[in-house]
Parts: sequence; structure tokens; C-alpha cells
Amino acid sequence: MRAFEGLRFRKVSSPIHRLDPRAKFIGSFIVFSVAVLFTELMPLIALFLLQVPIILAAKVVKQWLESLRGALFLSGMIFVMNLFVGYALLYSAAMSFRFLTLVASFSWFFLTTSPDDLGLALERSRVPYELCFAFTTAVRFVPVLADEAQTIIDAQRSRGLELDRGDILKRIRNYIPILIPLIVNAIRRSLELAEAMESRAFGSEAERTSLHVLEMRTFDYVFIILAVVLLFVALYVRFFIPFQWII
Amino acid sequence: MIEVDKVSYAYSSGTVALKEVSLKIQRGEFVAIMGENGAGKTTLIKHLNGLFKPTKGSVTIDDVDTRERSVAELSRKVGLVFQNPDHQLFSETVEEEIAFGLVNFGYDPETVKRRTVWALNLLDLKRYRDSSPFMLSGGERKRVALASVLAWNPEYIVLDEPTIGQDQMQKDRLRELIIQLNTQGRTVIIVSHDIEFVADCAPRVVLMSQGGIIADGPASTILTDYGKVLAASLVRPQITQLFQSLSDLGLSGNIIDLYEAERLLVELIKGDKL
Repeated sequence: MRAFEGLRFRKVSSPIHRLDPRAKFIGSFIVFSVAVLFTELMPLIALFLLQVPIILAAKVVKQWLESLRGALFLSGMIFVMNLFVGYALLYSAAMSFRFLTLVASFSWFFLTTSPDDLGLALERSRVPYELCFAFTTAVRFVPVLADEAQTIIDAQRSRGLELDRGDILKRIRNYIPILIPLIVNAIRRSLELAEAMESRAFGSEAERTSLHVLEMRTFDYVFIILAVVLLFVALYVRFFIPFQWII
Repeated sequence: MIEVDKVSYAYSSGTVALKEVSLKIQRGEFVAIMGENGAGKTTLIKHLNGLFKPTKGSVTIDDVDTRERSVAELSRKVGLVFQNPDHQLFSETVEEEIAFGLVNFGYDPETVKRRTVWALNLLDLKRYRDSSPFMLSGGERKRVALASVLAWNPEYIVLDEPTIGQDQMQKDRLRELIIQLNTQGRTVIIVSHDIEFVADCAPRVVLMSQGGIIADGPASTILTDYGKVLAASLVRPQITQLFQSLSDLGLSGNIIDLYEAERLLVELIKGDKL
């Protein structure tokens, strides 16, 4: 569960948090694409390090490291599996590092972009409002559900339920008293939410206005240009620099 | 005896919910823990069956440290009923719901049956025996949750906000039930905001504020203390407010009981007439 903490938005005042979500998305997506372009260790390390200034500027170092720690196990698995099927040491290391780079780029994007901003960006990209709303609501309710799950576990343990007792089948069955109240409450809550929203005129007008309007500022354009430059440099290195020059 | 000794508790988020709380509850006592939202009441009672282990200090139940026992072992002795019944109801029928704890504790089928019927009767739920708990009203669901814990007859009964969602008649029944359990020797601890309900029950009152205990004593002393009650974000019972504002007439300022209030008023009026 703690690995997910490294993806959860936190309100911090920083230039990265203030960036337009679309700019951040482009940046994050370009890092993602470049990571997929390379199978060599050096460029991937460079790409990874390139993200460090963003993390520092966003003041989310601790959470970011937390998400990487969560990814470390899978990354290790990738390394071992690659070695196991006979790939070279360097290649296996590059593959596991590529995974870390991908997680790193996801992590700073989600850490610094509030679900609301993300919804607004989706809306601006002409995704139907109902879908945007469903998406942001789902994201926003994840921590609520996590808290609720904990309370339900506490309540059932107080009635003598021991989750980690019995054989594997019994252990799976142990979760039924947790899952049913959790699902029933989620459904009940969504119905209540729907009623509360309709009481506040949700869907009464086809054209909605927004309280916060997203606007791209100079810094957003600079960020995008830097990201695009990175993409072109990467493409150039990939296709025009002889292979043996890259480790 | 429940002994809470200098217990501090901090959530993993860093929030300190309890600060050096000490509290002794003897067997057979009836205690109400009151205080503002976020005062640490629920955190405190979650220590009593070992769901939370103190960050500092210790909690002992009949001389056994809660750190040395599992939640299941402790729960058999300390029955904790959560505030929201929807956090525990999951069975197809009310009967199965009530039997859940009994089955977990490994009682034989005969006993499970007998205790389930006993709990159904105790909380006036017999006619819902085969209904789905999800089809019941809020107040009824609350009673099912209560019955599902009382079923194994724990020595210590801890209720978090038992009066929420109950109409006045059910509250009266609940009060009678609690007092009945208490006179039968059960230790009862309730957490409540409902000052009129607590005043009617007249238990020992523990006031909490900001993670600490700020007052502890009989209801008639604590609930009539303007300053202390205010510090816990509560208001005095209505009858107390009335009597205290009429103190010029020589009325006692620590009245929480309606019958006593009535007696005193009658005395006063008759005295004037004579």
C-alpha cells in the first residue's frame, strides 16, 4: 500500500505544481517515450537523472523516493528474469532501470497534479464532462475507501475475525466480511453522491463553465519546449549516433 | 480492571491522537467518555481490545498487557461495537450476522444457536431474524451490530456512539438495556456526544479534549461544571442550565436528573404557597 502513497497528490506550493497539467502530461509522456526508445544503460541513467531537478523543484523528494522503493522489488524481478532468460548483464540492468525511469516519470506527474486539474485538462481535451467527473471522483475517493477499509477490518477483527488464519482458501474467504461492507458502502455512497449532485443541478445545462480555467503561461510553454527538445535530442542520438558509441 | 497507563498514540501520518492518557476502570463500572470531535475518544477505545497498541505507555486488561494478546483473544473479553453498523454488516440474514462472532470464537453449534436467540430477544430483533441486515432501517442496523457483539457476553462492553440514529423510544430502551447489563455486573463504557442521554444514565463521566483527559468524576459533578463541559465543546444538560439560571431561587446547581428536578421544583412551589 505504501508504494501507492508515492503516487498520491499532495498539495504543495511549487513551480511544478503550478504547471499546467497538459504541459506536465506532455513532459511525462516524452520521458516515457524516450525511455522506451533506449535499451542501453547510459541514456536511461541520464534520463532518470534529468528528472531529479523536477522532483527537487516540486519538493516531493520523500514521496517520490517512497514510490521508487515500491518499484524496486519489481525492478529487481525484471533484472533477475532478464538474466535468467540469457540476456547480458548490462542489458538486464538497463531493462530494470528503464522500469524505474518509467515509474519515476509517472510518480512526479501524479504527485504534482491534483485530480481536479487532471479533470479540467481532460475536459479541455474534449473528453465528455461526465467521463471527466467520473474519473476525478474515482481518484478522489481512493483514500476515502482506503480509510473505510481499515475501519471495516478493525470492526471485524473486534468480532474475532483473524485474517491471517487458516489455509489459502480460508484466508481468501476471510476477506468476504471485509469486501461486502466495503462494496455495499461504496454503492450506497455513490447513490447518495448522485442525489446530492442532482440536488445541486448537475447536468441542468449542456454547456458548463469552470470556476478555475486552465491557461497556458510562458513557463508552461518553456517546459513543453524543453521536453520536445529532449525528444529530438533523444531521437537524434538513437538514430544518427553509431550504436557502439552508446553503452 | 482496565488500566490505561500514560498512553500516547500517534498515527502513521504523524498526528498525535493521545497524549499521556491514564485511566483506571474497575470491573462493574459504567463510564461515559465524552469530548469534542477529534478529542481522541475512538482512538482510546480502540486500545481496549488491542486494535491499537500504544506508541508509549501501556494498556492492561485484568493485568494482561494488550501487547501480549491478539485482538481476537482480547475481544472475547472486551466487546467493542463500532459507531457505524455499515462497517460490519455483511451476512445474508440478521441471525447469521449475530452468529458471526460466536462462530469465530469457536463456540459449539448448540451454544451459537442459544446465544444468537438470546441476543435477538435482548435487542428486540426476533422478527427480523431471517431478514437481510441491509434491508433494515439505520436504527435497526445499529441494534443488529450491538446484538452481534453482546451475543458472546463480553465482560467489558464498549459502545462507540450508541445513540446515533436511534429515536427517543429506542434510546430509552437502549438506556434500560445498558443499565440492565451494568447491574448484572458487566462493565460498560460508552463514547457519546449525547449529553442528555448520558445525564439520564448518570454514569462516571470522563471528559476528553485534544488527546488528553480534562475531567473525571460522577456525572452530576462533571456535567454541571460549565467550564469543563465547555472545554470539551459540549453544553450542560438542559435541566442543569435551567436550574443554574434559577439559582437565585435557591435551586441546586448540580441537578441532572429530571425526577429530582421535578421534586425540587414541587417543593419550591409548595413552599412559596404555604
